[in-house]
This record gives sequence, structure tokens and C-alpha cells, in this order.
Amino acid sequence: MKLLYFAWLKQKIGIAEEDITLPDDVATLGALVTWLKSRGPGYEEALGDLAVVRFAVNQDFAGLDHPLSDSDEVALFPPVTGG
Amino acid sequence: MIRIQAEDFDVGAEMAAMNGDGDVGALASFVGLVRGGKGDAKIAAMTLEHYPGMTEKKLAEIEAEARTRWPLEDCLIIHRFGRLEPGERIVMVITASSHRQAALEACAFLIDWLKTSAPFWKLEERSGGEEWVEARASDDQAAEKWAANK
Repeated sequence: MKLLYFAWLKQKIGIAEEDITLPDDVATLGALVTWLKSRGPGYEEALGDLAVVRFAVNQDFAGLDHPLSDSDEVALFPPVTGG
Repeated sequence: MIRIQAEDFDVGAEMAAMNGDGDVGALASFVGLVRGGKGDAKIAAMTLEHYPGMTEKKLAEIEAEARTRWPLEDCLIIHRFGRLEPGERIVMVITASSHRQAALEACAFLIDWLKTSAPFWKLEERSGGEEWVEARASDDQAAEKWAANK
């Protein structure tokens, strides 16, 4: 699975993207977030307040109950501020 | 049409190019600039980051939605990314229709929706350091108004 991080999530986690193998017991975006938070302090800090984090699966906005497969592209970012 | 680019654009030339095939009687436009701010709020520059791929996809969806809601002859969205200084252009929306109401409403819709659904993020540079711009509740409300009025 390809993971992408943008804006301050990228800064806190320390990388813009990574390829991971989705663990067998991670079936939803919510479970992915829980798993990511266990991977280090940068992840834990970036994902500490999910009210200010948005998600996209395969380039569409998605909620925490969205199902995942290993071929998905998942992005984590703050609420958008374009325009 | 959608254009995501680092370089500036020529407002007059873009407007002049939107003459359609003869049925265009109205052009409406919006241009967003980097606001320099005053006093403590003054910024030196702003860097726009985006999500290549998703940006194009979401802007194309927003354009398609506008075209289903209003009889547009043509439509252009240009959004820049990268480091921009106060006064520089960030975004332009042009809508073309036979009559003014469709062009004006569609232009307002496009910029309101773009602000809440296109994956861009602004990083402001100030004398005291850098700071990511936070999303505004008023932007969400502006976009929701169009959902309610569908």
C-alpha cells in the first residue's frame, strides 16, 4: 500500500510517502490509523487529534470506516486550504 | 478546463480566449491573490502544496458538477502551486454562458467548492517563522450553502 502525507502531517511524520504491507488485521482506515500511531512518536503526534486530519483513498475523500486493500493509495492530510 | 501550474497566468488573455463558439453572452471571473496582511499578520510569502493526481481529479469533478447545474458554454479553473509572494495571483475561475446569471452563480459555486474540496494547503512565512493556514468554518459554510441549494 502506498501512503502519502501532506502539509504538517508530512513534517511531523518526517516523510512524504512510504510503501507498506497492509497487516492482515487492518481492514479499515480507522484500523490503519491505530496501527500507524504505534509506529513511532512522529506518527503518534501527527495522528493525535483526528478532528484535524482528513483522509483520501485512491484520491477520493474517505471516512474512518472506509475498507482498505493492499493495492490502495491512502493519503493523510489536514483540512484543505486552497483557493 | 483545469490547469494546475507553478507559473503565473495572464488574466486578460485568459478572459479573451473564452469567447466560445458564438453563444457566449456573459463571462464571469474570480481571481484570488496572496493577501499580504498588515501588522503582526503580515506575511513574507505563502507556499501552496497540493496532492498531484487528486487535485486534477477533484477540480474536474467540481467543473463537471457546475456544468450539470448551469448551462455553461465554457469553464476554466487555473490554480497555482509553489511559493508565492503578496499580490501574486493564486487562482482564477472563468465561466462563460449565454446569460449572466448562470455565469455569475457558477463562478461563485466553483470558488466556494474549490476552497473546501481541492487538496491544497497553504504555508505562510512570517518574520517569526512558518505556519500552516487553518481551514475556516466560514469556507465550509459557503460550500454547504450550495449543497443545500442544489
